[in-house]
Amino acid sequence: MTALGDVKRQRIDELAARAGQLPAGEGGLSLTRSAFRRLRRDPVAITGAVIVLVFLFVAAFAPLLAPRDPVSQYLLSEIRPGLIPGAREGFPLGVDNLGRDLLSRLIYGARQSLLIGVVSTVLGLVVGMTLGVLAGAFGGWVDTVVMRFVDIILSIPGLLMAITISVLLGQNQYALMIAIAVVQVPVFARLLRGSMLAQRGSDYAVAAQALGVKKRRIVFGHVLPNSLSPVIVQATLSLATAIIEAAALSYLGLGDPDIARPEWGAMLANAQDFLSIRPALAVWPAMCIIVVALGFTLLGERLREALDPKFRR
Amino acid sequence: MLRFIVRRLFQLIPILLGLSVLLFAWLRALPGGPAQAALGERATPEAIAQYNELFGLDEPLYVQYFRFLGRAVTLDFGNSTQYGRPVTEVFLERFPGTIELTVLAMIFAIGVGIPLGYLAARRHGSFLDSASVVGSLLGVAIPVFFLAYLLRLLFAVELGWLPGSGRQDVRIDATRITNFYVLDGLMTREWDAAWDAFLHLILPAIALGTIPLAIIVRITRASVLDVVNEDYVRTANAKGLATATVRRRHVVRNALLPVSTTIGLQTGLLLSGAVLTETVFAFGGVGLTLRDAITYRDFAVLQGFILMLAVVYVLVNLLVDISYGLLDPRVRVR
Repeated sequence: MTALGDVKRQRIDELAARAGQLPAGEGGLSLTRSAFRRLRRDPVAITGAVIVLVFLFVAAFAPLLAPRDPVSQYLLSEIRPGLIPGAREGFPLGVDNLGRDLLSRLIYGARQSLLIGVVSTVLGLVVGMTLGVLAGAFGGWVDTVVMRFVDIILSIPGLLMAITISVLLGQNQYALMIAIAVVQVPVFARLLRGSMLAQRGSDYAVAAQALGVKKRRIVFGHVLPNSLSPVIVQATLSLATAIIEAAALSYLGLGDPDIARPEWGAMLANAQDFLSIRPALAVWPAMCIIVVALGFTLLGERLREALDPKFRR
Repeated sequence: MLRFIVRRLFQLIPILLGLSVLLFAWLRALPGGPAQAALGERATPEAIAQYNELFGLDEPLYVQYFRFLGRAVTLDFGNSTQYGRPVTEVFLERFPGTIELTVLAMIFAIGVGIPLGYLAARRHGSFLDSASVVGSLLGVAIPVFFLAYLLRLLFAVELGWLPGSGRQDVRIDATRITNFYVLDGLMTREWDAAWDAFLHLILPAIALGTIPLAIIVRITRASVLDVVNEDYVRTANAKGLATATVRRRHVVRNALLPVSTTIGLQTGLLLSGAVLTETVFAFGGVGLTLRDAITYRDFAVLQGFILMLAVVYVLVNLLVDISYGLLDPRVRVR
């Protein structure tokens, strides 16, 4: 063990270990199914899920839902320094400083913001899980090397890490996704490794070993599937952070420069200069970010409780 | 205990080495490499070749790395292209600002967070409890810079109660000793300078303190709820101790253990550069400097600052671990 952020890591490991103590399930139901049952009866989880689904729907069908083109300019004759037209017929939320329809931009923005959030989380998840499986399945020096590497990434504060990578890769949406993904890799790697270590000592894994089942089969067929729940919970929570972090990077000027793809963070950053003229330009994208982040957080927290034996009373 | 600390210190070495390798590789991987970083984006190929020869950048990579490492150990990160001064000098000038901001932000977060979390747990299920849960969820979901905008717009621009940008009024001609503006003002007895610097800290500190505040409320609440159900609390109550004594000696003491960790980790995060908050308030700390370095592609500053801030972060984390060992004897045994 290294000295760095022991406590932080300890917390990740504790989460992972807890998943290892899961009882077989209630009344023959598998853990996932019983967790799902509890979630379905939980109003908070449903609220979170509805929020997430609504925004996913908006993102998926943006071209059908948006009343106007998000890049075309309107009402240009009415925009003057110190005056940006507000809501009126045809423009339910008004236009921005360049005369683009705010509502349509928000709708298309959902697409871009969620895309960045989802892609970066999936990327972080895949890389982190691969490292976690390597460390958890092989142990020994592979474990040491992988975990040391993970510790180094963990020793740079998240936003600084993301900035470093964005600067290196240039300004485009892929750089943004990779930068956010890298920050998430160590969390997933540690979580999965810890969870797998906890599972490896469990009765069924030992039993499978005693029966002479091949190691690969034990790891991928038994240990891995049973180690996934803390990782899934973390992924849900990470989606919220990823969207907020994307907004932060956009704000720092490291976002996607392509104006054809409106994004909430960039819209918010741009609105700063017009805050005293038309606060709505900042408030709406901020609201979208807050509500989506809340949705993912509520869902993730309740998922954690549903999957956690400690709360299963 | 001393052995525990020494062992932890030694374990830092591989991390710091790894970090230095990453940042060394980072600067080399940038388009144009270190020469362009030092000479700026419009450097001619001839100038770059000359620079490479002059600074030994045509030598094998490992030679270059060890030279970089040797200089990094003495805190020599070259000159900033933006300021034309050594990176470390700029850092030492700006870091005190960030420290002042972090301290005030954490005082705000702790001062409000712990009592609020404790009260929420004691009145479990009450309106205050629900409000604190919702509030702490919101606090984490709001983009920091948006909150900073709102605070600035309301209290600085509209109401004019507090200054909304910079570290001190430019009209004040203050003496600088430590670059901690408030401290400098107190040391030189320039009371109005100290007071003005303090006023400049308030809004950014509130914006910066919101996320730690939300987290502290949450952890305190959860931790108090956990501890209240422990056997030793029941025992203490059963043997007839006064409720106030049980709360003070048994509940609060044990409940604050996880909270202290959170406080440490959050302090480390804030110190490592409040890039967003400092940008909104044009507050001249390391965060704003980093943001300018991004804008003006000042790679020497980026490299040096990120390395130094990562070291600060690692050291604060180490302090957290050590203090945890002091607070909870069980940790030392491992």
